[in-house]
Amino acid sequence: MAQLQAKQDALSARISGLDLCREGWTASLRADALTRLSAMGLPGKRDEYWRYTDPSSLTAVEAAPAAPFIAADEKMVFSGIDRLRIVFVDGVFDADVSDDLEMAGLEISRLADAADQHWARDVYGVLETQGQTPVQRPLAALNTAFATDGILIRATGQAKMPISLIYLHKSDTSDVILHHCIKVESGAELTILENGPAAARFNSVMEVDVADDGRFHHIRTQGRDHDRRAATHLFGRLGQESSFKSFTLTANGRMTRNEAVIEFTGDDAIAHVAGAAIGDGAFHHDDTVFVTHGAERCESSQVFKKVLKNGAVGVFQGKILVKSNAQKTDGYQISQALLLDGDSQFLAKPELEIYADDVQCSHGSTSGAIDEGALFYLRSRGVPEREAQSLLVLAFLAEALAEIEDEVLAEDVRIGMENWLARHGGA
Amino acid sequence: MTAMPKVETEVREGVDRETVETVEAMAGKYKHGWETEIEMDFAPKGLNEDIVRLISAKNEEPQWMLDWRLAAFARWKEMEEPDWAMLEYPKIDYQDIYYYASPKSMQDKPKSLDDVDPKLLATYKKLGIPLQEQMILAGVEGAGEVPAEGRKVAVDAVFDSVSLGTTFQAELMKAGVIFCSISEAIRTHPELVQKYIGSVVPQSDNFFATLNSAVFSDGSFVYIPPGTRCPMELSTYFRINAENTGQFERTLIVCDKGAYVSYLEGCTAPKRDTNQLHAAVVEIVIMEDAEVKYSTVQNWYPGDEDGVGGIYNFVTKRADCRGDRAKVMWTQVETGSAITWKYPSCILRGDDSQGEFYSIAIANNAQQADTGTKMIHLGKRTKSRIVSKGISAGRAQNTYRGLVSMHPKAKDSRNYTQCDSLLIGDKCGAHTVPYIEVKNNSSRVEHEATTSKVDDDQLFYCRSRGMDEEEAVALVVNGFCKEVLQSLPMEFAMEAQALVAISLEGSVG
Repeated sequence: MAQLQAKQDALSARISGLDLCREGWTASLRADALTRLSAMGLPGKRDEYWRYTDPSSLTAVEAAPAAPFIAADEKMVFSGIDRLRIVFVDGVFDADVSDDLEMAGLEISRLADAADQHWARDVYGVLETQGQTPVQRPLAALNTAFATDGILIRATGQAKMPISLIYLHKSDTSDVILHHCIKVESGAELTILENGPAAARFNSVMEVDVADDGRFHHIRTQGRDHDRRAATHLFGRLGQESSFKSFTLTANGRMTRNEAVIEFTGDDAIAHVAGAAIGDGAFHHDDTVFVTHGAERCESSQVFKKVLKNGAVGVFQGKILVKSNAQKTDGYQISQALLLDGDSQFLAKPELEIYADDVQCSHGSTSGAIDEGALFYLRSRGVPEREAQSLLVLAFLAEALAEIEDEVLAEDVRIGMENWLARHGGA
Repeated sequence: MTAMPKVETEVREGVDRETVETVEAMAGKYKHGWETEIEMDFAPKGLNEDIVRLISAKNEEPQWMLDWRLAAFARWKEMEEPDWAMLEYPKIDYQDIYYYASPKSMQDKPKSLDDVDPKLLATYKKLGIPLQEQMILAGVEGAGEVPAEGRKVAVDAVFDSVSLGTTFQAELMKAGVIFCSISEAIRTHPELVQKYIGSVVPQSDNFFATLNSAVFSDGSFVYIPPGTRCPMELSTYFRINAENTGQFERTLIVCDKGAYVSYLEGCTAPKRDTNQLHAAVVEIVIMEDAEVKYSTVQNWYPGDEDGVGGIYNFVTKRADCRGDRAKVMWTQVETGSAITWKYPSCILRGDDSQGEFYSIAIANNAQQADTGTKMIHLGKRTKSRIVSKGISAGRAQNTYRGLVSMHPKAKDSRNYTQCDSLLIGDKCGAHTVPYIEVKNNSSRVEHEATTSKVDDDQLFYCRSRGMDEEEAVALVVNGFCKEVLQSLPMEFAMEAQALVAISLEGSVG
């Protein structure tokens, strides 16, 4: 009880300076979120769900300052790709540097100025609410209540190019809460790209409702800015025969907690969530995934790879929950870490909770150093040590990268990853 | 024994029919559910400082032991019952339990087993536990059919809160081995008990261990002197008999440098429609080059088909490999109890020390089991291996929960974990909750919880010898399954097989 009181006190302090928007179609949804949030309080270090990641920098009243990171000699990822750009500067939509929010087969509007009646009513905070059981996610509820901006995209057909959300970071003290809603209607297909350092502290929620036969792709790169702190939530709800594929590359960033919460509501759907994390130094990266199989013959996969050095910490908490009606489920989960030195850590909790008997669920987790045998082999073939190590690191990350379907995008992400590795001494 | 209502269980393809039938047959066929009618001496119901003092006085304990208990009790009052396990049970009323129950005839402390009330001895005879010092296999039905040449097992028989006696003590003494009840050890070897008790499971380790520290009434004590291979297997048989009584036994095993012991533990309880609490602590200290094998067949009354009655089993078991090259092996077959909360752990402190954990957990009807292990690697080049097989049937919930922790100093260490689960029917659950914490890069940790992800090297080896993939997988997986049963000492392997009699091959279909 005392613990709950402390969490609620922390919440009161945290939200004392935030405004609860009381107008427009989100008003009642935000009020509901605040009610949910007040009952939970903010996460604390003693919470089982935060066993390996200290949430205090994410829940502190003030965001710790973080200087914007500038890589002068390097292009941003996706810059060579045909895409519709939607730019947020320190969390505020910037129309001047964004493209027009128009594309055939898409309805796009900005959360901050969406009209009173909006299709997103059925999505905003709705998936987040469902994702609050059985595990509480207070930072997502906080986001629903207090988000200041975001984008609402409804796909009714095949989008001809990806939508690219670009988060620029200019102010040392920006503390940003963004909330996006995506609705992929029956038979439609949409790709969302996300990149950019975002803010000193970044709290983002993306709710993705994929109707029957819909297809959703999500590719994200984050980090680079060494001191930024981020908590992101990706909620997915999948209809019959739909598909949902998400990949995230995280390269540094002081602290990142990425939560993906996926629920199958229709039969025969597919969800893949993948991530590659490369960390050097004061880097704490947490992938927390919760997949709920509530329908038959669905396939889920979680593939997470982390390469860590100089005291970097990688966390993986993955869960597959198979309800008793979800027969013929195929669930797969792998989390692997490559520790390049003795100071880094890998902490994992790969969970299965299964109530159906005709399922195939597996998980694997490994951790270790670079394979000396493979390294020796490469060197015996004349490859210099540093290069050999880079090759092995890239090969290790390849399984996660292979989750990106589009080859052009995959190549772009791979180049970004190689550039990062080159900047950080090869691997 | 009640007739088992025919329940049609939908079974998926690939599950061995024999496995299903055996698990079904186990329901409602608890063999040890009878009760011994005997006059008992109870402490007043409920728990307070006076009860702690009373238990201590009954055991004629020295002041330091009483102080230790009281300190634990003071801590326990401040603690909250843990709720993180995947277990659901009504709140336990700790004031509605008898914390001490002893047969009246034991009040005079019989000098030897010959003086013990024949009714009590008959109880153990009925259970198949030999309390005569004869060459015979312990705890095995049909033991007579097996040639028993030269096999001896020393038994400490614990009945509710007291130890009735220990067999083969004189013969063990010749080898320097001390094997007696812990209450006796506190009186006769206080220096050893004081040195080691609480050194592995501290007084206030967790809620149930702390409760045990305050009110433990009996249990076994083992000391194996340096360089000694214990001349026979040691075993303790726990029997809960009295109603509304909790059993809180405490076992302490110290295996000195270069010594070896194999220790067996068995337990049963009468069928009752109320739940009974069992909160035990087992501490094992293992010195340099020493080895302990600890095997359990846990067969407490599991409750009936509707989940009425059964033992609540909250147990803290831990082995501390204190010296270099120390080795511990836990093997458990968990078939009983309404609730099982049990995580036999290994602290691998000495360099090159080894810990192994083999477990078969079967949960049927309304049983719930949350069990697993902790492997805490502190020393260099330490090795651990976990093989866990969980089988759920009926409406049971079976959870594997385990921790593998590689500390920064545990260089070049190794862990391999494999847990497989089998569900029989769609009303039960099988869960896996592993925690993996790796804090150095020279150690390798591998965790698998699937049948299709067998070690690739082993598969490759088999295939390179001409087997097809299915055969290769079957061979490798088979090897793992058998390992659990085979790691039991023969006496228990037989009991376990009789109890389980399950084709594990079917569980990995």
